[in-house]
Amino acid sequence: MAERLVMVYSRFNRIWHWSQAVSIFLLLFSGARIMGLHGAMPFGLAVTVHTGVALALVLLWVVVIFWLLTTGTWKQFIPTIAGLGEVARFYAWGVFKGEEHPYRKRLGRRLNPLQAIAYFALKAVLIPAIWVTGLVYLVHGFWSHLDPGDFWLWLVANLHILTGFAIASFVVVHVYLLTIGHSFREHVRPMINGFEKIDLTPEQEAYLEANEPERLHRELRNGP
Amino acid sequence: MRATIKAAVLAAAACASPLWAQEAAPAVPAKGSTADHTKFDILKQSFVSGPDVTKACLTCHTEASDQMMGTLHWTWDYENPATGQYLGKKNVINAFCGNVASNEARCTSCHVGYGWTDARAAPPTDPTRVDCLVCHAAPGMYEKVDNLAGLPAVVPLPEGAMTITGKLAVPLSLSKAAMSVGEPQRENCGQCHFYGGGGDNVKHGDLSSALIDPPKEVDVHMASDGLNFTCETCHISNRHKVAGSRYNVNAHDEGDTGLPGQRRDVATCESCHTDAPHAATLIGMKLNDHTDRVACQTCHIPAFARGGVATKTMWDWSTAGKLKEGKPYHESGFTQSDGKELHTYLSTKGDFAWGEDVVPHYAWFDGQVEYTLSDQTIDPTGVVEINRLLGGPDDGVSRIWPFKRMEGRQAYDKGFNKLIYSNVYGPETDTAFWTNFDWGRAIEAGMKYAGSDYSGEYGFVDTYMYWPITHMVAPKGDALKCDSCHTKDGRMAALAGVYVPGSGKPFGGRVGIALFALVALGVAVHGGLRLVAGRGGRHHG
Repeated sequence: MAERLVMVYSRFNRIWHWSQAVSIFLLLFSGARIMGLHGAMPFGLAVTVHTGVALALVLLWVVVIFWLLTTGTWKQFIPTIAGLGEVARFYAWGVFKGEEHPYRKRLGRRLNPLQAIAYFALKAVLIPAIWVTGLVYLVHGFWSHLDPGDFWLWLVANLHILTGFAIASFVVVHVYLLTIGHSFREHVRPMINGFEKIDLTPEQEAYLEANEPERLHRELRNGP
Repeated sequence: MRATIKAAVLAAAACASPLWAQEAAPAVPAKGSTADHTKFDILKQSFVSGPDVTKACLTCHTEASDQMMGTLHWTWDYENPATGQYLGKKNVINAFCGNVASNEARCTSCHVGYGWTDARAAPPTDPTRVDCLVCHAAPGMYEKVDNLAGLPAVVPLPEGAMTITGKLAVPLSLSKAAMSVGEPQRENCGQCHFYGGGGDNVKHGDLSSALIDPPKEVDVHMASDGLNFTCETCHISNRHKVAGSRYNVNAHDEGDTGLPGQRRDVATCESCHTDAPHAATLIGMKLNDHTDRVACQTCHIPAFARGGVATKTMWDWSTAGKLKEGKPYHESGFTQSDGKELHTYLSTKGDFAWGEDVVPHYAWFDGQVEYTLSDQTIDPTGVVEINRLLGGPDDGVSRIWPFKRMEGRQAYDKGFNKLIYSNVYGPETDTAFWTNFDWGRAIEAGMKYAGSDYSGEYGFVDTYMYWPITHMVAPKGDALKCDSCHTKDGRMAALAGVYVPGSGKPFGGRVGIALFALVALGVAVHGGLRLVAGRGGRHHG
């Protein structure tokens, strides 16, 4: 086993991540305005921003789903319980003792079991929930005649808002976890330049050296 | 004898001509008309009365009177097909002067006829008793006197006679008036509809003399530098039946907008603008989503009584009748934006409040209005609704409309718990309240006249009366902004059955905030423990 800096976040992956991050921030901010939590922008502008950004993000996601499926990246997110206990124990105990994170990133498996479960829940539950409730909410005009009294509109809007807060909670934990480990900057860097510290088997290393040398970082051969 | 002499003098003076109130009638006054009424010989005669003129009109317009006599403008009597109630000015009791019965000569001064002196019966059936001129004479060419049951200002004119718009009456030449006729102008409709309730904009709130020549900010359709609509542009008429009713409102236009000349029966916004009038932008589409729940007027008439003419917002009859040294008096405690002082107390009428740029009252409305008629029992312990707006959020047809909510305090029959008829007008009677300041006699006389049982005991009850607001549409830049309603305590705050994002934290939001707070707390505790552990969660080397 050799730890190498390997390109695991392709350019598309990084663009997806950061445009999604910006979009989610804008959506949370404008959504909070629509809900009445702050008054930093006029309601009408908030609705325009929220709707426009949401539609753009939906479009991005259509592309992302295609990319996840065709490149096999979706396999990264299959949840597993193998090693889950160790990771959970680390966050609940070991982290306070200054222990090393128990998970070693591998090629084809860069997420630790807890991350995989969290991202799987995000992708399989929260994102679809916010999409479905949001789109149904958006096209209210097409079904409002079936809903005198606005009960279903109320329900859809409430589920949408609740899901929004769940996603906001995810973002908080997601960002917080970047502070655990060597440094915040080091956690963020892979999502900027694409290179992540990965344990490579000799076969993987040899393969990459021979066939995809650009995926191995030259200067930081042995890591920082 | 003296009166006759005076009349003769007035007539002589009038014939000398410069005293005529009117300018010469404009040639071909009606745009696009094929007839120049100044060329009709039959109109070049000295008419002595209104019916004389009508007789002349009918020689060409043979069916006009028969058509008029079938309309609400004539009958003041209306059976609401939806509620079965008998409405119309002849029947209803309102929160202003109360009732027509026993007050005819004053109230019927705005009747589109001549000499209807007993509202218990239908108006006269003689076709020459229809008043063509009040609607068709050119502005300024014709005036009705305010207490002669619809008769115009012609000699002999009683001294101090006033017109229905509150001006000193001046004798008219009916011939000139007749030669000036054309399609009804704003002034024609306005002389009655702007001055209902005894003065400019007293009743409606959205119909005032400000609409004679309004700037765009007051009425985007009627501004002369804009579309320059007359009332009839929307209130189209067919065989003298005019579209639009306050008793049975076409709240929605169910049909399509129609090709030119096709539809002659609707006067709604949607009739021209459709129910999806906003541009195909993100916001425009969202606004179009509102049109099934929110009437156009709700956003596009942000306030009523605009344009510098205040409307009466409160009328307390219970304080009427106070005298100073045995004489009636008045107080003028409201200054209109144009500087005009308006009465806030009159011995004849009691206390008033006025308002300009008034924020409407909002309510679900399906177009139907149910009245509290004299045969209905009221609950005097609460506020009695003189009329009730029907509809609600769950019926699938109602929308949220703006209203003027008139606050009243008016007499009722304490024994029978019902609204009363009162005799307020009658300068020469010993029962009329405005002459004798005695409620007991005024009510007894009104009830007897109307044929309604009276217990003999009266009291005063608080009332609300609702007036749909639909005129004085503002330019789109002045329409309500989203934040007018989508905010805490916004304009829809009092309404149930409509989900208004931003008007309060919904259940899902409160649960969401709790979840978010728990997660944030968890993170804070976790982070705090790492700091306390002294290592900040960082690895050693």
